Amino acid sequence: MTEITSLSLFELIKNIKEKKISSNEAAKSFVDRSEKSKKLNAYVTENFENCLQLSKEFDNKPNFDLKLPGIPIAVKDLFCTNEVRTTAGSNILNNFVPSYESTVTQNIWNEGGILLGKLNCDEFAMGSSNETSFFGNVQNPIAKDLVPGGSSGGSSSALAANLTPVTIGTDTGGSIRQPASFTGTVGLKPTYGSCSRYGIVAFASSLDQAGPMSKDVKDCSILLEVISSFDKKDSTSIDFKRNNYSSELTRNIKGIKIGIPKEYRVDGMPDEIENLWKKGIEYAKDCGAEIIDISLPHTSYALPTYYIVAPAEASSNLARYDGVKYGLRSSGETLIDMYEKTRSDGFGEEVKRRIMIGTYVLSSGYYDAYYLKAQKVRQLIKQDFDQAYNKVDAILTPSTPSSAFKIGEKSNDPVSMYLNDIFTVPVNLAGLPGISIPAGTDKNNYPLGLQIIGKPFDEQTVLNIAYSMEEKINYKNNIIDWWME
Amino acid sequence: MDGIMSKNNSEYLIERNDNIYEVVIGLEVHAQVTSNSKLFSSSSTKFGAEPNTQVSLVDAAFPGMLPVINEYCVKQAIKTGIGLKAKINNKSVFDRKNYFYADLPQGYQISQYKYPIVGEGNVTLDMPKGQKQVGIERLHLEQDAGKSIHDVDPSNTLVDLNRSGVALMEIVSKPDLRSPDEVNAYIKKLRSIMRYLGTCDGNMQEGSLRADVNVSVRIKGSTDLGTRCEIKNVNSIKFMQMAIIYEANRQVDLIEKGEEIDQETRLFDTKKNETRSMRSKEDAHDYRYFPDPDLLPLEITDKFIDQLKSEIPELPDEKKKRFIDEFKISPYEATILVSDIDTAKYFEEVVAKMGKNRDMKLAVNWITGELFAVLNNKNIEIAQSPISAKNLAKLINLIKNGTISGKIAKTIFELMLDGDIDPQIIVEEKGLKQQSDPKALETLIDKIINDNREKAIEYKQGKEKLFGFFVGQAMKASGGKANPKLINEILKKKL
Repeated sequence: MTEITSLSLFELIKNIKEKKISSNEAAKSFVDRSEKSKKLNAYVTENFENCLQLSKEFDNKPNFDLKLPGIPIAVKDLFCTNEVRTTAGSNILNNFVPSYESTVTQNIWNEGGILLGKLNCDEFAMGSSNETSFFGNVQNPIAKDLVPGGSSGGSSSALAANLTPVTIGTDTGGSIRQPASFTGTVGLKPTYGSCSRYGIVAFASSLDQAGPMSKDVKDCSILLEVISSFDKKDSTSIDFKRNNYSSELTRNIKGIKIGIPKEYRVDGMPDEIENLWKKGIEYAKDCGAEIIDISLPHTSYALPTYYIVAPAEASSNLARYDGVKYGLRSSGETLIDMYEKTRSDGFGEEVKRRIMIGTYVLSSGYYDAYYLKAQKVRQLIKQDFDQAYNKVDAILTPSTPSSAFKIGEKSNDPVSMYLNDIFTVPVNLAGLPGISIPAGTDKNNYPLGLQIIGKPFDEQTVLNIAYSMEEKINYKNNIIDWWME
Repeated sequence: MDGIMSKNNSEYLIERNDNIYEVVIGLEVHAQVTSNSKLFSSSSTKFGAEPNTQVSLVDAAFPGMLPVINEYCVKQAIKTGIGLKAKINNKSVFDRKNYFYADLPQGYQISQYKYPIVGEGNVTLDMPKGQKQVGIERLHLEQDAGKSIHDVDPSNTLVDLNRSGVALMEIVSKPDLRSPDEVNAYIKKLRSIMRYLGTCDGNMQEGSLRADVNVSVRIKGSTDLGTRCEIKNVNSIKFMQMAIIYEANRQVDLIEKGEEIDQETRLFDTKKNETRSMRSKEDAHDYRYFPDPDLLPLEITDKFIDQLKSEIPELPDEKKKRFIDEFKISPYEATILVSDIDTAKYFEEVVAKMGKNRDMKLAVNWITGELFAVLNNKNIEIAQSPISAKNLAKLINLIKNGTISGKIAKTIFELMLDGDIDPQIIVEEKGLKQQSDPKALETLIDKIINDNREKAIEYKQGKEKLFGFFVGQAMKASGGKANPKLINEILKKKL
């Protein structure tokens, strides 16, 4: 029999329901493998003892009607977890233990999931390589010294290395889809308002969305079904009729119209990305989809718009980390002195950079030229998609402009780092659902992903296209456990 | 008198050399919304609780916590807007006002900046020489901050977050006020309207009502506005008036010396009775307002507004008009009676309990005279009146139907104070009923005339002043209980 840790979530659930594997056996397998995988640095906080204990309790009193019966799951350390340290990858929350649970994680525990641990991420989810985390780099299991993407880098690494059957990340500008693309896994950013933001450490409130990360599309649909819910505690949560994503999942996408936006052919894009995209179009055709050329004319403005809106919101969202109430406090002579020392010691370079940018674009005299203009452009970008969706049901693009890069390769060049988000950012600005699925490899055998963007609230179509294409692509990660000695 | 003078008949003018200056005042009133829970969380708003016992994770700005608007506070703001005869905006937006302070847990205050929930309106002031309209610029909803306590610990500042997140309405007036008297009338009128509506208790001691006062001066007759100074966070009408007088005179002095007035924020020092510069325009905070992405724009339908309009009680201006029309009392009396909702309620209850044969004049006089004096002495509100409206109405009826005299009524009133005793019972127990039996009074008067024959003759000879002497004697002989009207009649006849 295959190792428990390499089973898909669907298979694991099936085995547990058929009593072929106990929850405790599953928990032990993932804990063991996680223990042997410390070199990946995927975990910030382990919850192994608790997980083993809770899995025993599940086995003593199993409930197989649940959607995640006794399944151990590690989550990004941006989700507040009751009584379990939550750091957001930052020194300023190094000692922070919430007394409350995020809605998304609560949904998982309500369906029988068990917390395995908290996964590393870029500090306050600001980064595309997991290099901004206070808790250090995360290794990509694909190859040594390769970044796992970011900001959900601990999540993608742990998932690809089979340390957790599925995981959840958050995506503000691509933080689920880009790391999924870099690690040969599946990551979905749902429509803004699908998953509650309650209890998620905020980065940029109008863009942040939690989403599932998984080894395949079916698992993705199972987890989405669990975490997507209307929540009165989040005023931006939307009360729409949610599908039973996993049971409605189908490979029948015949006649579905898929748009190919010409503006995503950016200058200097490597041939292998161009070729991947072409191959993707062929796969989609093979699945019975109709391919239509479309235009999203304001695409080139998306990245600058994002890097105004996101830092602006972040600069305000992070003001609460002031050393007064919780988290790190450095001592100072006066209140202002204490603030300055606490925030100097507590925040890393990238976070400080974004607070500076955000403060600048909101300041009087610059607000109209930057923030207000950016909000107007954001509307135009939304309108681009609205118009495109008059003609097509979904849009196919590459997930990233390159494959995973080496640790340290871009860490001194923020602009080059920001370019990583070029294909994913417009989706956040427009609040749309988008998925990244593995679709091939580059010359180094590093994974590359394709992105499918859907209409608002139409996660089902996105999943169905991905499910259908996944079968044709038939991608498999080739991971050799190089980090284990 | 020119046009401006007659319109602004209660203005405050300052004369220096040959110049006459007028003062121009605008107020930003912060009124705490009457609500059991806070603007964006379910924490209690009860005043006076132990520090940090009414604080939710949202109020303390824990990571990942999100604000959720309290619908009741929105309704309260709309009702207040209706009371201010203001435009209710169908769409308004919550913004973040960013600044760091230890008692501001989020690092920003959620307020409304460009798009407030309530737009322009107006308030009518009853000034001694007539009515005056004061324009309302806007009303918006915002969160209160917590409280920094600097004087408990010698080396640390303590923070109490009980107040953090409590809903405030900021009511901004146009610069239409011209004197400390008008400011007094304006604050009292606002307070009155909000108390009628039940949207703010107006309790200034507990900080439920406080104001930032904008003051400028200009040569009388000028239509340009002078440079203004903003005096922050003044929490009593008296201090507002003192601050305005000090500040207006300070500004006039500067102008007379040929100096410039700096646009700045000032604080009023209540001990020294002076305003002091807090920060200049250059040092003004850059609050970096932007729409709060955690909250959607507030959309209010006309139907919702109409529903609230139908729930609005009779407000002071309408009540005053009705009192004048229905009860035939003077505008001055009506103004006093409607100024506070509890006074109006008390008065209306007295009127109702007096029944068919009611006497408005007596009711008004007894409430605004004897009762107000007692309340003033005891320093209590009419809601805590030691004499109920029902018993006061009984007392008034006893006077009206001749059972007791006005003089005896005052004695009875004093006795009623001790436990709201029914005046009828006092009259019976103490035997204070007025003597209105003409036969008994005639006997009594015959005896007095007999005892004072010489004086009676003098009276008949034309010394009319002596009539008062006989009335006095008769009242004395009856122990004050004789019906004065009857005594007059009988004496006239007999003498």
